[in-house]
Amino acid sequence: MSDLLTLRNVTKRFGGLVAVNEVSFTLGAGEVVGLLGPNGSGKSTVMNLISGELPATSGSITFDGTDIGPLPPHRIAKLGISRTFQLVRLAESLSVRDNVIMPLAFASPHVWGRKARRRADAALERVGLGGQGDMAPADLNYIDQKRVELARAIAPDPKLLLLDEWMAGLNPSELRTAIELIRGLGDTGITIFLVEHIMEAVRELCPRCIVANAGSVIADGPTEAVLSTPDVRRAYLGEAADV
Amino acid sequence: MLSSTLIVGLVLGGTYALLALGLTIQYGVARIMNLAYGELVIAGAFFTMLMVTQAGLNPLVALILALPLGYGFSWLLYTVVLHPLARRSKSQGQLEVDSILVTFGLLFLMQGLYQVNFGGNFQGYQWLQNPVNILGTKIAGGRVIGLVFAVLIGALLYLAMIKTRWGVNMRAVASRPQFAALVGIDMRKEARMAFATGGALAAAGGAILSMYQTFTAVDGTFLTMKALVIVIMGGVGNLIGALLSGIIIGLVEAGVSVAIDPGLTLAATYAIFLVVLLWRPRGLFST
Amino acid sequence: MKFEKKHILFLIGAVLVVAGLAALPLALKDYGDGLLLGLFSYITLASAWALFSGPTKYISLATVAFYGTGAYTVAVLNETLPFAVVLVVALLIGLVISLLVGLATLRLAGVYFVIFSFGLAEMVRQLITWFETRVTGTLGRYVFVDLTTTHLYWMLLGLACLTLFIRWWIGESRLGLAIHAIGDDETVARHAGVNVTLVKLALFAISAAIITLVGAIQSPRYVYIEPSIVFSPTVSFLTLIMALLGGATRTWGPVFGAVPLFFLFEWLSTNLPDHFSIVLGLIFVGIVFIVPNGVLALIEGLFTRKRRGTRT
Repeated sequence: MSDLLTLRNVTKRFGGLVAVNEVSFTLGAGEVVGLLGPNGSGKSTVMNLISGELPATSGSITFDGTDIGPLPPHRIAKLGISRTFQLVRLAESLSVRDNVIMPLAFASPHVWGRKARRRADAALERVGLGGQGDMAPADLNYIDQKRVELARAIAPDPKLLLLDEWMAGLNPSELRTAIELIRGLGDTGITIFLVEHIMEAVRELCPRCIVANAGSVIADGPTEAVLSTPDVRRAYLGEAADV
Repeated sequence: MLSSTLIVGLVLGGTYALLALGLTIQYGVARIMNLAYGELVIAGAFFTMLMVTQAGLNPLVALILALPLGYGFSWLLYTVVLHPLARRSKSQGQLEVDSILVTFGLLFLMQGLYQVNFGGNFQGYQWLQNPVNILGTKIAGGRVIGLVFAVLIGALLYLAMIKTRWGVNMRAVASRPQFAALVGIDMRKEARMAFATGGALAAAGGAILSMYQTFTAVDGTFLTMKALVIVIMGGVGNLIGALLSGIIIGLVEAGVSVAIDPGLTLAATYAIFLVVLLWRPRGLFST
Repeated sequence: MKFEKKHILFLIGAVLVVAGLAALPLALKDYGDGLLLGLFSYITLASAWALFSGPTKYISLATVAFYGTGAYTVAVLNETLPFAVVLVVALLIGLVISLLVGLATLRLAGVYFVIFSFGLAEMVRQLITWFETRVTGTLGRYVFVDLTTTHLYWMLLGLACLTLFIRWWIGESRLGLAIHAIGDDETVARHAGVNVTLVKLALFAISAAIITLVGAIQSPRYVYIEPSIVFSPTVSFLTLIMALLGGATRTWGPVFGAVPLFFLFEWLSTNLPDHFSIVLGLIFVGIVFIVPNGVLALIEGLFTRKRRGTRT
């Protein structure tokens, strides 16, 4: 398995606060990896560092042979990293389909016109929103808005998909569907890195997981083994209600 | 000449600082960018002028009267015009655009009313023109008293913001709106009070301004712009920042008009503004 | 791109309308000519303004900064260079200024941008005034060009068509998608691969270049030009309010806003000049409370509601 993403000694400081402290790990191509940790452990910051939303204070991030540390988000997106956001973010003035077309239109090479429509509709179909491309995002409920985000993320066939608590707030039956959906994506060979609080989802989807606490990685390995180490239990699982 | 420039600058800066104080409270707490702020300042100036010339009152009495009137007017303005917008808007961005447009409307409306009623000429009255001697510089008495009152009102407000429950609540809304609601602060009430308090300061600033200089029906726009620049320089919601920036702008203006050209004061203000925006967009005194 | 039947029909219709508009001066007296010129000047200004400010929601009050720059460029150069060359120079100056201003300010949050754009015109005016009185010693210049009002009107008509075409083209292109997304949420646009800064800068520059040209073409109408005449803030506010009344996010919105408001303000300035400000203020407030998305959206909304029944 070749390495797709490598973080080496990545640190992010906000003023005096160290949100991410000397974090290093590697994702292999085709892996599905979970990132766990209590609130404030720096998980979302790691996502933002990879997607380029935030610049790292120090350390290096390499994706597919390119040093993406200094790149702005739009360049990183073009290289094949897509993401969803912790709280749904959609362009409200565009139709659902146009939201999904956007990353296609600005991918490299870009896809536009009829072909882009077709691919956007296929992505919507895949997340269970077939035929709803003409809706306005505001007319959808929260769950369906999350689906649109996922469709937007997968439409350009990214190499790496970042999911930031994409399954939060789903009811049990929706969660089932969501897990199957993500599993289906993982089976296509796409690399998925997900921040998730729902243990059920992590256990089912991620053969491997990384646990962060207070900005540092405290465990990294096969999910079951990691979840049973004492450090992890103390730092995270002892406090979580949904174990 | 240097010391007279310094004193003129300080007087100007003191008044600007007071104006900026009112605006920073309005924007910081009520989150309304009030572009008609300067028109309220001019309202205070017109009110003082009428009290002095028509009712024969002392300008200082007019100043005291202007405070509650400015408060009441702005309270009403917030309740009738701006609060419905705040309730309607789905996002902060939408509220920002709407409040900018509505207060532009108020700006023109008020300017138009002043022009219809008073015409476009310079307005003013004579008061304490006798020069006083300060550090070897002769300066009109009205200016000195104006500065004293600007400082007095500013200091009182600052104390109230720091020491009283009223001020603590308001600062809580300004700095941590999401937590203020959690500890039982009525956001709507705070916003309305802040907006009204800002209005009182505007009217007072206008009354003080009229004590030492003439004004026109359309001067409000540039007062708003200067106050805004000062607010942004100081950091939105930062009272001490507004005070210091006000004085900096006053000094720069006085300096530029003496050293280069009186026609360039606004250009100088904007040059500073641009530098601040590029260099420290969160204000000169942010940490 | 494939042409469909409706495109061809639209094209034929557009050609006929433009030809009719171009022939209008033949039927009008001098006063009518001037009115037409003013009308198309505002149609173009409002459309160009909306090109950038409509989707991005950056409320720009820099309109008159560029308009005045265009007019003043003509005032300075009209005796030394042919008019066509002066127009090109004005266009280039507008582009350069807008790129500089854009680079400096388009990173700013909304309110800061409004304030800066408003101050820009005043700053340019003060600087030119200072430069002319102190350095060149000629405050106030005459513009004598061998062109009739009708010629100028034709130029503006052409520019108006070009502006509308650019807006339509942007709306159909990837750029349109990007700029709307930027107006909604820059982070989303960035993560979809959009170079946000570049897109904003490009649209701001296109918009500013058109506005500069309007000022340049209008310049000969003033005959005598002083900074205080061509940098009047009213131009910025009228442009803004026209675009908003019609609806700044729609291609035809600014046109529908500019026509009634132009005639209203024209009538006001001759009949009730003292009440100009008051009416302007009331319209601002009215737009925000009654037609926040513009008249076109309102009309469209009424029609769709009728068709769909009770949907609100």
